[in-house]
Amino acid sequence: MSTTTAAEAELAIQARQAAQSSDGYWKGVFKRVRRDKVTMFCAFILLCMLLAIIFAPLIAPHDPFQGSMIRRLRPIGTPNHPLGTDELGRDILTRLLFGGRLSWFMGIVPVALAFVMGTFLGVLAGFAGGKTNMLIMRVTDVFYAFPSVLLAVAISGALGAGILNAILALTLVFVPPIIRVAESVTQGVRNLDFVDAARASGASAFTVVRVHVLGNVLGPIFIYATSLISVCMILASGLSFLGLGTRPPEAEWGLMLNTLRTAIYVQPWVAVLPGACIFVTSICFNLVSDGMRQAMDVKG
Amino acid sequence: MFFYLIRRLIYAVPIALAVGFVCFMLVQIAPGDPINAIVPPDAPQDVVDQVRRDYGLDKPLPVQFGIWLLKVVQGDLGRSLATGRPVWSDLQSAIGNTLTLAASASLLGFMLGCVLGGLAGTFRGSILDRAAVTIAVAGVSVPHYWLGMVLVVIFSVQLNMLPAMGAGPGGSADWAWDWEHMQHLVLPSITLAVIPMGIVTRTVRGIVAEIMNQEFVVALRGKGLTGWGVFLHVVKNAAPNVLAVLGLQLGYLMGGSILVETVFSWPGTGLLLNSAIFQRDLPVLQGTILVLSLFFVALNLLVDLVQTALDPRIKRA
Repeated sequence: MSTTTAAEAELAIQARQAAQSSDGYWKGVFKRVRRDKVTMFCAFILLCMLLAIIFAPLIAPHDPFQGSMIRRLRPIGTPNHPLGTDELGRDILTRLLFGGRLSWFMGIVPVALAFVMGTFLGVLAGFAGGKTNMLIMRVTDVFYAFPSVLLAVAISGALGAGILNAILALTLVFVPPIIRVAESVTQGVRNLDFVDAARASGASAFTVVRVHVLGNVLGPIFIYATSLISVCMILASGLSFLGLGTRPPEAEWGLMLNTLRTAIYVQPWVAVLPGACIFVTSICFNLVSDGMRQAMDVKG
Repeated sequence: MFFYLIRRLIYAVPIALAVGFVCFMLVQIAPGDPINAIVPPDAPQDVVDQVRRDYGLDKPLPVQFGIWLLKVVQGDLGRSLATGRPVWSDLQSAIGNTLTLAASASLLGFMLGCVLGGLAGTFRGSILDRAAVTIAVAGVSVPHYWLGMVLVVIFSVQLNMLPAMGAGPGGSADWAWDWEHMQHLVLPSITLAVIPMGIVTRTVRGIVAEIMNQEFVVALRGKGLTGWGVFLHVVKNAAPNVLAVLGLQLGYLMGGSILVETVFSWPGTGLLLNSAIFQRDLPVLQGTILVLSLFFVALNLLVDLVQTALDPRIKRA
């Protein structure tokens, strides 16, 4: 309508601003993420990969374990085997699709476990302070004295090959850094006025942690944990590459890279495909984590 | 400073002891009775008991740890179950090779990272900056064992320019600084250098950008200094933190070179660990990890001390 007065327009602007400012924190974060093209692109690739590995049995052209002695090490572009075959004549595309399941699983589960354990111990150490803090943080220091790759290799090397042992080893590698981050952000929050106010108004320590501390520390810890997924995936595949994680004939990118290593003189470009999958996944996780950190405006 | 040095040294002792304890426990958490690795499965019970006593495996765990620790302090890491040789003698040559590889990789990664990070931090937001950030992200995201394979495919299989395996002609393990040997170092060093390159680029970029925002840089420019003069001041301010990162990276590479050494059959500690894992040679596994971790602890200590000595802004007493 053309009869809108200046006053009405002013009111409309005010109303819109009020609506914008009442948007939740998370809404703002998602708005900022949506504007970040790199992050959205990487998230899209990850989503496609996730769907592909979930529906692997439906879209894979062959059986991941069924090989053929007369069709070994076919090049990329072979009819019926678009990405070639491996040293036992199994279809590479199929094995990459199925292998993604284990690689993703081994990249995410240890970080998720470490996130839960590390947050619990770190918040406990940061909030309780005193001797509890001393005990938890000094034990953490010991694990910091090992380079992470070495610690993972040492633990899973001693326990022997196997998926569970690898997950245990990787979880132990990622708990200490998460404890450190959780402890430092908790200490930052603990001395803020609203925590004192809550305590003064009679809230128990548990309530203070649950309502006032966790809400403020979970975001930064979570963002830190997502940045570890890419490292964890590389390490997990690395363990399989050394023969410590998954065992043949299981399909897993690191293990495939290991068994195809002998074929680099015969079919070099087929042999490096599983590693390219690890690379793409890990770089996408890294960039999405970076993008989320920027959107949440979390420092560190 | 002197008191800080003493305090820091004293603080390193419990850490070193705890590292020793973790390494000792590695053998304990391993499945199966360690005695089975020594005696054949059909050995009579009295022989098994005898061997158990000889190896001190019948004593309680804390006593075993004490005995083990005493031996380690004297430089006795036990004997390899597979070869019967003392672990320390195998380790010596392996450590030298790993140090050669890790040092050249850190140096390469460090130089590239400083150049990229310095340029990115100085010209914040430019195309140069974006390229450097992209390279840095790729560097920390790439599975380096895979990068090693790709390099082998390109430079050894396709172009036939560089050797793909070993540390010298004819698979010799003795190292010398001539081209015959050095050409074996090229691909593994590049492969191992991508991680420190990514991390150093990120760190240097952050530090340089922060320094460039400080008021003294404006003052320097106001005083009439240009390019080179300002650059020297920035370097002086950035150096302590950057050197600290370099030191830690060298330590990470010493421990983390196992995958690259496996790809290139580089005769270092990683390859030693790898074969120890396959033969379930626990004394070698334990000894190698202990020595590498203690090296890392010592390096941490050194970095801390050097940083304190270099940077007058850090006041530690």
